Amino acid sequence: MSKVVVITSGKGGVGKTTSSANIATGIASLGHKVCAIDFDVGLRNLDLVMGCERRVVYDFVNVIKNEAKLHQAVIRDKRVDGLYVLPASQTRDKEALDAEGVGRVIEELKQMGFDYIICDSPAGIEKGAQMAMYYADEAIVVTNPEVSSVRDSDRVLGLLAAKTSRAEAGGSPIRTHLLLTRYSPTQVKRGEMLSVGDVLELLGIPLLGVIPESKAVLQSSNKGTPAILDETTDVAQAYLDVVYRFLGEDRQHRFINEEKRGFLGRLFG
Amino acid sequence: MKFLDYFRRTPKTASVAKDRLSIIVARERSGTRSAPDYLPQLQQELLAVIARYEKIDLQHVSVNVDRSGGCEVLELNIVLPDGQTLGTGARPTGRGVVAAS
Repeated sequence: MSKVVVITSGKGGVGKTTSSANIATGIASLGHKVCAIDFDVGLRNLDLVMGCERRVVYDFVNVIKNEAKLHQAVIRDKRVDGLYVLPASQTRDKEALDAEGVGRVIEELKQMGFDYIICDSPAGIEKGAQMAMYYADEAIVVTNPEVSSVRDSDRVLGLLAAKTSRAEAGGSPIRTHLLLTRYSPTQVKRGEMLSVGDVLELLGIPLLGVIPESKAVLQSSNKGTPAILDETTDVAQAYLDVVYRFLGEDRQHRFINEEKRGFLGRLFG
Repeated sequence: MKFLDYFRRTPKTASVAKDRLSIIVARERSGTRSAPDYLPQLQQELLAVIARYEKIDLQHVSVNVDRSGGCEVLELNIVLPDGQTLGTGARPTGRGVVAAS
């Protein structure tokens, strides 16, 4: 039984693509067959973050317009077995996506035996974002502990509850999860950043995980290697926890409290 | 100056952020998420009809949608002004209920 998961946020730059790449890679590394679809038509980036940009021949829009077969467009990851990427088109705009075409591609991916279909949503709440969420069974709402991001996430939760195939069919609603990224326990402790508790209280959806602010994220996108593949970093561990939790395992939340620092570190830090 | 910051009492911006967000999120949820967007127009049109019989202002007509469980209630509240045909004191006269889903 395959599952369609949208990674969305409303606001741009909060870590949707990074999270999509890491979660897709993580789920695949645990033995599932995963396809990550880039819905950001016109501004494709998932291929770059996953390091397969030079292997793009056909894209999502080509498949929707019947200009290429789906198996020609999906790119197989060279590092992780069972991980595939369906890149967005760089030249079209988001109007090229339509519910019928997107539905057809997702259905075909299910037929091809993908266990998880991860939809990397573009920013905003227009066509592209709505198409990314339309067929979702579950949604991971990526939020930064920052006022505009929280507000936008709340808007997106409204859309998830209203403008999706599940909402229209009136069946069981999309399961929503909160993924809090770029979190700095030090700033939270100083009262300079919304805490995970604050954000949970405001948005009222269950917490999937907290990803600490880290230099490793930029380093990994520089290289085109999802951070989760280097298990020594805290970001990799945080994403791995997220993946295990998403797959139903009970894992304690980490990276929420400040790590201990010495007196000199605090004085000169 | 990390050292001096230690002694300075700064306002906690995180709690300011939370307060601002609680207000805006609550308002947006009650507005955009539950109410159909025809409410302001409905209010205007009702006012136009009532104004033929009674002299009232826009603020005397309120239209709300309440949602509880799987049921939607359209609440219409019209306050007639003082000294009009219906006696003294402002009071609610109509409380109509329509629609369920």
